[in-house]
Amino acid sequence: MAVVGPASAESLVTYTIVDDFSIPESLTGAPGDPVKGREVAINRRLGNCLACHVMPIPEQPFHGETGPDLDGVADRYTEGELRLRVVDSKSINPYTMMPAFYRVEGFHRVMERFAGKPILTAQEVEDVVAYLMTLKEE
Amino acid sequence: MRHRTAVLAGAVGLSLGFVGIAFTQAGDWGAYQVGDKRSGYTYAQPETQAMQDDDFENPAFLLVDLAAEQWSIPDGELDKACADCHGDVENLAGVGATYPVYHEGWGKMINVEQRINECRTENMQAEPLKYDSKGLLGMTALVKLQSRGMPMNVAIDGPAAPFYEKGKEFYFERRGQLDLACANCHEDHAGEQLRANRLSQGQPNGFPTYRLKWQNMGSLHRRIKGCNRQVRAEPYKSGSDEYVNLELFISHRANGLPVETPSVRN
Ligand code: HEC
Ligand code: HEC
Ligand code: HEC
Repeated sequence: MAVVGPASAESLVTYTIVDDFSIPESLTGAPGDPVKGREVAINRRLGNCLACHVMPIPEQPFHGETGPDLDGVADRYTEGELRLRVVDSKSINPYTMMPAFYRVEGFHRVMERFAGKPILTAQEVEDVVAYLMTLKEE
Repeated sequence: MRHRTAVLAGAVGLSLGFVGIAFTQAGDWGAYQVGDKRSGYTYAQPETQAMQDDDFENPAFLLVDLAAEQWSIPDGELDKACADCHGDVENLAGVGATYPVYHEGWGKMINVEQRINECRTENMQAEPLKYDSKGLLGMTALVKLQSRGMPMNVAIDGPAAPFYEKGKEFYFERRGQLDLACANCHEDHAGEQLRANRLSQGQPNGFPTYRLKWQNMGSLHRRIKGCNRQVRAEPYKSGSDEYVNLELFISHRANGLPVETPSVRN
């Protein structure tokens, strides 16, 4: 068990990674809203998950294909595993193309207006995770 | 100078004798593919390809034609025109395939845009043109057009070597809030869909390009700025050492692909 505190970013919530692949506890202490999470996944300025993933969001014309299809992802992973994947995918696979959505450290030449800020807020992360948990095949 | 059909698709031979790039079996991309290297042309929509194939449809030729006129118009304190020293612009055939090159006086690399401006300031005593101005885009395209169909042949040995290394480092370095390197998109995922965009190999052989999204012609450095901003990374200035070194790296990476300036992309 390791505690990861986003050190210099005081606004970021501290979270605990368990067994290197899961953040079992909600960043906000409450469950997210899957309807809002779906919007975050679509929004190009927020999650923009559709840039890289096919998702069961038929009204959106373009879905990316550099990452795996996320349909059924809740059958494959626990909520805590999905949370870590969204928060900091690079702690799972340092070579991944997938951005870390809740991290502010270790970046190079971030545009000034995004510097020191995570891509998603803790609330948005929870909303996305809640939405991912609805993606079951059956 | 203009061609009705795709110069590179083989219907019209180039008078330069450089059409040596073999035209292979149907079903592949002919001159636009060399080994694993594929021009952005091969990832483009058929309508976009058709616009590039026909010089009379290609909107880039507006600026190229203006530059062709400018070529013989004297400018600057010395009242000289490009033509006074260079004669016919066709004499610059080959230049577009080999730049950036090492500049002894500068002690660093120089690209075609900068070479043109150097002629303006040093040889004509005229004002340099702004990097992304219509005048410089058109003249750069005119110069590179003289090499159309010739294989990119950029040297990285000798004094160019350390600059190549810097460009290479840039190419593989992750940047921005999205933390992505050029290579993540253009090496690892070429051919795949990134939402509405189909990723190409990010080859520079068609620049300056007419970009439908811009409704205008743009330089390679402008395109790279866009790719930096896309990952929320602070871009550098057009014409900066960082971008010229990166241009050297990606131009050498394109060696073998034909110069296809002025290309059309979306
Ligand atoms: C720039 C591309 C990119 C973006 C944007 C992106 N991902 Fe990913 N994602 C990937 C890739 C590539 C993988 C494959 C695993 C790896 O590389 O480690 C992946 C893997 C995943 C996985 C694991 C899937 C599996 O079957 O193993 C989940 C869950 C996931 N992403 C969710 C998201 C969510 C939610 C978002 C938006 C908030 C998102 N991704 C945005 C590229 C991306
Ligand atoms: C007063 C003479 C003069 C004028 C006018 C002039 N140039 Fe040049 N240009 C030169 C010389 C001399 C060289 C070669 C310099 C060298 O060897 O490094 C050169 C080199 C170049 C090159 C690089 C050629 C190569 O082989 O690498 C380009 C491109 C070029 N000029 C474009 C232009 C353009 C465009 C104009 C008009 C805007 C122009 N020049 C005006 C004298 C001139
Ligand atoms: C997030 C993915 C991404 C990253 C990272 C990225 N690009 Fe791009 N790039 C694109 C997309 C999308 C396009 C437009 C479609 C295409 O040609 O790939 C593009 C286009 C280009 C083109 C135009 C290709 C042509 O045929 O006209 C060049 C050149 C280019 N990129 C260079 C770079 C360089 C150099 C870097 C690193 C500084 C870079 N890109 C980083 C996504 C990316």
